[in-house]
Amino acid sequence: MTQTALSAERLAYLDLLREVEDFFHHEADLLDEREYDQWLDLLTDDIVYWMPMRKNVSYKNRDQDITAEDDIAWFHDDKETLVKRVRQIQTGVHWADEPISRISHLITNIRLADSVTSLDEGETMVTKCRFLVYRNRLETETDFLIGRREDTLQRVQGELRVARRKIILDQSVLLAKNLTMFF
Amino acid sequence: MTSTNLTARNLVDMAEGEISREIFVNAEIYEQEKERIFSRAWLYIGHESQIENPGDYFVSKMGEESVILTRDFAGKIHVFLNSCAHRGMRVCRYDEGNTSAFRCPYHAWTYKTDGTLVGVQDYDNAYQPPFDKSEWGLVEVPQMANYMGTIWATWDENAPPFEEYLGEATVAFDHGFCAWDGSDAGTELLGSTQKWRVPCNWKFIAENFSGDWLHGVSHRSVDLIRLGPSGEVGRRDDFGQLVVNGFPEGHGILYSLYPNKQERTEYAMSPETSEYFQHCWERRLKKLGDKAGTCPLVGTIFPNMSFHAQQPRTLLVSHPTGTNETEMWRTYFVDKSAPESVKQFLREYYMRYSGPAGMTEQDDMENWNYASEASRGMIARRRPYHYKAGLGVGSPHSELPGVVTEQPITSEQNPRFFYKRWADYMDLGSWDELRDAKSVRFWERAS
Repeated sequence: MTQTALSAERLAYLDLLREVEDFFHHEADLLDEREYDQWLDLLTDDIVYWMPMRKNVSYKNRDQDITAEDDIAWFHDDKETLVKRVRQIQTGVHWADEPISRISHLITNIRLADSVTSLDEGETMVTKCRFLVYRNRLETETDFLIGRREDTLQRVQGELRVARRKIILDQSVLLAKNLTMFF
Repeated sequence: MTSTNLTARNLVDMAEGEISREIFVNAEIYEQEKERIFSRAWLYIGHESQIENPGDYFVSKMGEESVILTRDFAGKIHVFLNSCAHRGMRVCRYDEGNTSAFRCPYHAWTYKTDGTLVGVQDYDNAYQPPFDKSEWGLVEVPQMANYMGTIWATWDENAPPFEEYLGEATVAFDHGFCAWDGSDAGTELLGSTQKWRVPCNWKFIAENFSGDWLHGVSHRSVDLIRLGPSGEVGRRDDFGQLVVNGFPEGHGILYSLYPNKQERTEYAMSPETSEYFQHCWERRLKKLGDKAGTCPLVGTIFPNMSFHAQQPRTLLVSHPTGTNETEMWRTYFVDKSAPESVKQFLREYYMRYSGPAGMTEQDDMENWNYASEASRGMIARRRPYHYKAGLGVGSPHSELPGVVTEQPITSEQNPRFFYKRWADYMDLGSWDELRDAKSVRFWERAS
C-alpha cells in the first residue's frame, strides 16, 4: 500500500478542522459536566448568542422559515445575559433545573464553512455543525432537541473562542416546556 | 370518579376557598370544558397588525381547534375554522402569509378570503343536480370583535357582545394596552409568536396571571441575579403598591399603584429607554392626573387570555391540548412611537424574562408541570386545593372597578372568582342563567 503525501495546505486544513472539533467537544464536556464558568470563558465578551424561531412556510418562501434577527427569538443573548443564566442555575433555587437535569450534547457534521487553512490572532471564521441536546430530568421527563449551528469562531490569545452562535432548532412549536440548557 | 359527581359547583367551594383537584386532572371534565367553555366563551385570536393588508392571514387556535384569522379583499376581518367543508382537511397549513384564496390540498376545494366556496373539483360533471356552493363555505365564527386592535371571537351566537363579556375589566385594557404616555398613539406587536407545549392543565396558567401574588418563591432565582432592567435586586423595577382586582365575569387583574410624586428611575440599564419612559411618564401625568400611576401589572381575561402590561408587556394565550397539556402562545408589544433603540432593548429584556427561555417563566413551567403531575393520583385527588388567602376581605373600591383587595392583605380572590365563573359555565346552559349568576354580589359568596 502506497502512501500519498498530503500537501502542506491539506495538512493545515486538517489541523484546523481537528482543532475546531476538539474545541466543540471540549465545550460539550464543560456544559455536560456543569463547568459553566469555564464554558463562559470560551465565549468572546461581545458574543451574540441567537436561537431564532422556525415557521411553517411554503417552498417559495423558504428563506423565511427562520425568524429574522430583529424578530422575537427563543434566545438572543449577549455575554451579560449568558452570565446571568449561569448565575441563575448557581443560585440553587432555579427550580426548572433543580434538582439538576442530566444533559448530553452530541456535536457532529462539523465543517469549516470557508475554505480556510489557518486562523491568525484576531481573525474569525464560520463553522457549521449539527447538535443533538438530550435532557432528562426527575424520573421520566426527556427532551431531544436537534438542529444546526452556525458558529463564528475567533482566535483570541492563541485560543479559539465563540464570537457568534446561531442555533437553528428543528421545531416550530417547541416541544420542550422550557430551555434551561445551553446549545 | 363517577359522572354523577361532576356538577362543577360541588367541586368549587367558594365559601371555604377549597377547590377539588378533579377539575385539573379529570379527563371527563376536560372534555366538558371543550363544549362548555371553549365553544361558548370569547377567545383571543390575534392582533389586527398581523393581518394589515387584504389577503393577509394568521393561523390561530380556539381551544384545541385551528382557526384562520384573515382580512378579505373588502378589508373585512374574518375567523374561520381551519377545516375543509368537503372532507375536513386543514385548508391552511402555513403559519401566516398572504393569499388570494385557500385551496385545499386534498380535493382542491377553494375558498376566497371571505370564506365563500368558489372552486370544487369536477363541479360541472360530478354533481347533478349541482349543489349550492354558498352553503358550503368555510365555517365562520358567528361573532367577532376588535378591541383596541385585539381580535376576539366566540363560537356561540348567543354570547353577549364582547364589551359586555369583558365587563368593567375594559378599564384594565384601556390602562394597560395604551401607549406608555396614556395617549392613543398605540402599541404594536414586536413580531412573531412563541409557541410551546407545557405538561400542565391550562387553568394553572390562567389562574397564575389572574393574580397569584403569593408565588414569589417561584422566582427567587431571578430576583437574586438581578434580572430587572435597572440591574437592581429583583426581576423588574419597583412598580408601587399591589392591588388585586377581580370581576364577576371571571377576569382577574393584578394592578399596581405608583405614587404620582415619586421619581421614575426605571430601565436604568438603557439610558435611552429610561429617558423615553420618563418623558412618557410626564405626559401621562398631565393626561391622566391622579390615575397616572394606576396600571395593570398582569391579568387574565376569562378563560385563557393573559397579559403583562408593564415589565414585560406581552399577550399570552393558554390553548388547551389535553387534560394535562397546554400550548402557550406568547407575543410581545411596545409603544408604536418608541425609538428603535428602545424597542430593541425592550425586546431583549422581554425575551430573557418570558417564554420558554425566559429566566422567570422557566420556573413557572416547572411548578405548573409537577403540580399537575402530583395531583393526578387517586389519593392526591381526595384533597382539595387551598385558596383561602384573603377570604372574606374583598370589597368595592373608590378608584378601581370590580372587587378589590389591597396590600398589606394578600389575597387569592382572583383565582376564586375565576373558578366561580368556571363553575357557572360548566353548570349553566343558557346565557340568561350566566348573566344572573354574575349579577349577585358574587364576592360575598366567593370571598
